[in-house]
Amino acid sequence: MAQRPALTSRDHSIRIVIPWVVLTVVGWITASRIRLPIDQSVQGADQVKTLYIMTALAIPVFTGVVVLVLYSAIFFRRRAGEPLYDGPPVYGGARLQLTWIVVSFVLVLVLALLGITTLVSSQAAQAVGASGRAIGSGSETGSPIKETNNELQVQVIAQQWYFTYRFPDYGGVETTHLELPVGVPVEFHVTSLDIIHSWWAYELGVKADANPGVDNQFHATPQRTGSFTVRCAELCGIWHGEMADTEGRVVSGSDFNSWIKQQQATFAEIGKSLPSYAPSYFPEPLTKGT
Amino acid sequence: MAVADLTTERRLSIPTGIPTGVLLAITGYFAGVWLGNEFGLFDDQNTGIILGYVFATAGFLIGMGFLNHPLGRLLGWRLDPLGEADIEVGLGRYFRLSLDHKVIGIQYLVTILTMLFFGGVGAMVIRTSLLSPTPTIVPAGNYLSVVGLHSVMMIFITSAAIVGPFGNYLVPLMIGSRRMAFPRLEALSFWLVPPAAVILGAATFWGGFPTGWTGYAPLSEQAGQGMDSYIVGFILIGLALITSGVNMLATIIALRAPGLTWARLPIFVWGILCTSILGLLAAPVLAAALVMLALDRSAQTSFFLASNGGSNYLWENLFWFFGHPEVYIFILPAFGIVMELAAHFARRPLFGYRVGVVGLFGVTLLSWFVWQHHLFVSGIAPVLRPFYMLSTELISVPTGFIFLVVLGTLWRSRVWLTVPMLFCLGFLFNFLIGGITGVYLSDVPTDVTLHGSYFSMAHFHYTIMGGEIFAFAAAIYYWFPRMTGKMLNQTLGRIHFWWMFIAFNSTFFPLLIAGLLDMPRRVSAYNPGLQFLNQWVTFSAYLLFSSMILFAANIIYSWFIQPVPAVANPWRARSLEWQIPTPVPARNFERVPLILAGPYDYGLPNAKPVADLRGLVGATGGS
Repeated sequence: MAQRPALTSRDHSIRIVIPWVVLTVVGWITASRIRLPIDQSVQGADQVKTLYIMTALAIPVFTGVVVLVLYSAIFFRRRAGEPLYDGPPVYGGARLQLTWIVVSFVLVLVLALLGITTLVSSQAAQAVGASGRAIGSGSETGSPIKETNNELQVQVIAQQWYFTYRFPDYGGVETTHLELPVGVPVEFHVTSLDIIHSWWAYELGVKADANPGVDNQFHATPQRTGSFTVRCAELCGIWHGEMADTEGRVVSGSDFNSWIKQQQATFAEIGKSLPSYAPSYFPEPLTKGT
Repeated sequence: MAVADLTTERRLSIPTGIPTGVLLAITGYFAGVWLGNEFGLFDDQNTGIILGYVFATAGFLIGMGFLNHPLGRLLGWRLDPLGEADIEVGLGRYFRLSLDHKVIGIQYLVTILTMLFFGGVGAMVIRTSLLSPTPTIVPAGNYLSVVGLHSVMMIFITSAAIVGPFGNYLVPLMIGSRRMAFPRLEALSFWLVPPAAVILGAATFWGGFPTGWTGYAPLSEQAGQGMDSYIVGFILIGLALITSGVNMLATIIALRAPGLTWARLPIFVWGILCTSILGLLAAPVLAAALVMLALDRSAQTSFFLASNGGSNYLWENLFWFFGHPEVYIFILPAFGIVMELAAHFARRPLFGYRVGVVGLFGVTLLSWFVWQHHLFVSGIAPVLRPFYMLSTELISVPTGFIFLVVLGTLWRSRVWLTVPMLFCLGFLFNFLIGGITGVYLSDVPTDVTLHGSYFSMAHFHYTIMGGEIFAFAAAIYYWFPRMTGKMLNQTLGRIHFWWMFIAFNSTFFPLLIAGLLDMPRRVSAYNPGLQFLNQWVTFSAYLLFSSMILFAANIIYSWFIQPVPAVANPWRARSLEWQIPTPVPARNFERVPLILAGPYDYGLPNAKPVADLRGLVGATGGS
């Protein structure tokens, strides 16, 4: 051990715990100052909440490992001029290994439970007709829209390279931008006419793939008026990046009513040439390999 | 040994080598194109191009001499099973079909580094384009092709970056074997890589392909003829994974020297073993999916076309059933390297060797049960989402074992902070961020926002580049003296490490934030509010690229320009690969060595040497 001060395990522990705690607190404070604008729907706010909880759990893990790595690299390094020295031949420590395994296992289970409860409880909420479900129920190919549903039905139709929206509750009118009434649960039906797109309404916290021939459903309840951005989140060809719309809006119920009336008037002529509303549309078979 | 007979018999064979290979490849290409255009079902040339690539590859391999041995056996020529390697010396052997695993290791290393350069140039084009929030610098179409070429090229590289050069070169040396189990398969696994890279590059003549590395149908069916490069190139890499996996598994299982029990196997070899299992089982699924895609594009099937009764979910499932084990194919050998080097530089036995092995196998096993976490928002099988969420998060437990092993090994040791060790510490930091961000992506509610965004892109760059490529650099610095007999310049190495580490984090950490702020992956146009962030990232990426140039310069400088002969065993490591002379003799060991102790028994007062190189002669015991 040459000229090094003999430090006990307790000395090491103190020298590690203090920076770990400090860094963790600094990390928590920093993270708590970050505000993500994903709060326009109940579901988006839920996601952000999960994001914060995960970050709160991740920061001590991250700082802990980083402090351990740095501590080993700094205090256990071989200094210049020191001879090569073989460390103590310890092949393992049953207690430490067991603790590590149990702690990481418990941490993971907590995280998984957290995610699953968010998922399941909000699905239960949907089953009794209340608002709020974090995640879509997925595809129900070919099933007709349930008339008893008290959610506003909005169909999102993706094609290269824009999104349009149809409202079966309002005569199947198809619009080029989306406005939603605040406080009304919405059932999105996302489908595509050509290839896979993904409808990402960033501030609403909604992302659902648009697959050709599939009715992918997603539920969200807007809770705050304001505008939102829509982007395509699945590579869909040359103008993928341009497949965005910053004119999405969450508005009051009366504003929505006047907006949809105006849309019905604007698109009345075009509406006559549209196919009638369906869960998905089969276009002409795709031209292959050209 | 009938060396003389061998040479006369070799004269009987047709002249083989790269010129013949290229000649037959060109002939094969035009034959395939003609055949496909004559009998293809569409007039869009896809059949011809696919057949052209396949025939060209076959022609190249035949020209390289892969048929000589089977034909020789068929015609009754006597050929030594390990013929040419023994008598081959000189620079020429690196340009021929060689059955010497050491030659193949070097061939791989140089090929991988060359491909890495092209992949990196692609990344620079991407970042340059993103200086502007609209595609004004690089046109959107070219941007998309470069995204595809960069991603697939990098996947080709990272599939083989560690197993190729280091697995091939070191596994026989580490397990005390004089050869590989299937040297011809091993050679095939290498010689498939250059055609794959060239075919991928050929996509540029057809305008590239628009799908990135995921090749999602139906976009890949709509794509032009560049897509055929993706299909055939990726199939060849799949074949390389399969052949290399078979060879590695057989070698490690069957050719360990006497005394090399499983508990004495170097942890790096365990990493190669696990990655070989994954490659062997995952790559056939990819190959099958690609064949279906090729049929869709050329023979009017519609596996992936919803309008004709197929489903794009089929491609997504097949692709990710391969794709997720694939990412562990990248990282498992890197885990092996980091644990291996930690033991040698801390000069201590590996802390919790068995836990490390269990960790590797845990990842191997769990990696088969997670693929649908790529499809959380795709609308498929919502009822299974909790399962995939749990299985994905569970992977962090065995991954945590790796950290436990490394940190436990470093604890209260005297770490020799050499350049390779610095890269290992850099790996720990980067991979920690990669792992934690992976947990964010595995959680369904948060994945709704993060999926398909720059967050996921930054996440996998943290694991692959910050993880695998850092371990790759560590391995180069560590084993370069073993492979070439020359030391890499350590001062340049230190500069390279700090430069690369800082530039890497400065590049990819902001991209995590860009993903949280509504920036989707693979876009050529983005929210103008994120322009400053992107410009910062672009300048960091230039720094990162220049650090790789420094790395290349160091390799070229230390290898060819100012070579410093390495002392024998410069790291004073215990393990077997350092106990033999430099350059490594043609058959590695005079006799098959007798393994007496584990490779990490540092600090034991009366530790035995790792092996008795005189072999079994005179041995009385040892298990």
